[in-house]
Amino acid sequence: MFLRLFSRLVASIVRLGRRGCSVIEALGRASIFVARSVVGVPSGEGLRLWLRQMHFVGVLSLAIVLVSGLFIGMVLALQGYTILIDFGAEQALGQMVSLSLLRELAPVVAALLFAGRAGSALTAEIGLMKATEQLTSMEMIGVDPLRRVVAPRLWAGFVSLPLLTIGFSVVGIWGGYLVGVQWLGVSEGSYWSNMQSSVAFFADVGNGMIKSLVFALVVTWIAVFQGYDLIPTSEGISRATTRTVVYSSLAVLGLDFVLTAVMFGGL
Amino acid sequence: MQRSKTVEFGVGLFILAGILGLVFLGLRVSGLTLGAPSETFQLEANFANIGTLKPRARVTMAGVTVGRVESIDLDTQWFDARVKMRLDSELEGQLSRDTTAAILTAGLLGEQYVGLSVGGDPEALEDGDTIRDTQSALVLEELIQQFVSSMVKD
Repeated sequence: MFLRLFSRLVASIVRLGRRGCSVIEALGRASIFVARSVVGVPSGEGLRLWLRQMHFVGVLSLAIVLVSGLFIGMVLALQGYTILIDFGAEQALGQMVSLSLLRELAPVVAALLFAGRAGSALTAEIGLMKATEQLTSMEMIGVDPLRRVVAPRLWAGFVSLPLLTIGFSVVGIWGGYLVGVQWLGVSEGSYWSNMQSSVAFFADVGNGMIKSLVFALVVTWIAVFQGYDLIPTSEGISRATTRTVVYSSLAVLGLDFVLTAVMFGGL
Repeated sequence: MQRSKTVEFGVGLFILAGILGLVFLGLRVSGLTLGAPSETFQLEANFANIGTLKPRARVTMAGVTVGRVESIDLDTQWFDARVKMRLDSELEGQLSRDTTAAILTAGLLGEQYVGLSVGGDPEALEDGDTIRDTQSALVLEELIQQFVSSMVKD
């Protein structure tokens, strides 16, 4: 009786250890993978591949990111106005909209949208390449798939997410202006001048950009690695696509807290 | 070939839009000024209490912004607050030596800023000088306390 309980305990510890080992192994594989791909800075032929990925990952994500930015800016202005008017402080609307967009909402929401729109597509594309053995064939004819397939996608992600984040902030601030100034009647001068006096370029815009660079790294890394590392079946592809969205959303939100604590929390 | 050109054009536009957006955020939203930062000079002032004055707060004269608060530290000699301000250089040599600095509040609960008003002394303040005549921030609690204690006396 006691012996059986003991052996069961041992078995469950073994299971835990095996899972732990496989997690560490995957992390190690992912690190080696990203290190080997990132050195393939696009040049020459790679630049053309990178351009095509920029088009898919960046330009085609513009519509969803800009439209979301517009609505988020408008909602911020509307909500902020109804609260600030109680204190007679509706002049601070511009400052509220711009700071919340630049510091938090633009990097985070753009990264989440990017993970859903571009990350999942990257995973599915690379996964299908793996399932149809295109990656292996490339290796057979002496083309490094990490350089040919993965590196342009990684670099396209690094470059385009910060650009999308800038677009998100600009459109959001404009949306806040539309609702706050044009519709609700906050004075135009106080909207812009309060914003200018409270937003610092390096502390607010710069830190927002650093956040979005970190998110770009994490989201594209997860997306590309999940595609490269999946089990090459149709079920494996669907699982990996789901994992990409779930992992990158969690990573973005978790990292956002850490970065905010370091940047603005006085840690 | 044609298709690749349109892709390149789209990506170019995208990057250009990003750069323009960053310029907009810099100039319009965070109020950076293009070119060399405008010429400034520094003045100091000691206040007994600065309330909630913060670095980057406005320094005004007759309501017009003429500079910003650069730094605030504790002066350990007198145990009051030493406020360093940067003002537009066109005011250098124009402010009289008996200029007063007061910490004022925008609205009842608004942000605090420094208001300067000139006196009549023929000598002028130069870069690095200290304003002697200062007026501390109005702290609402102290005001209420004074009001209540004077009510009790009556």
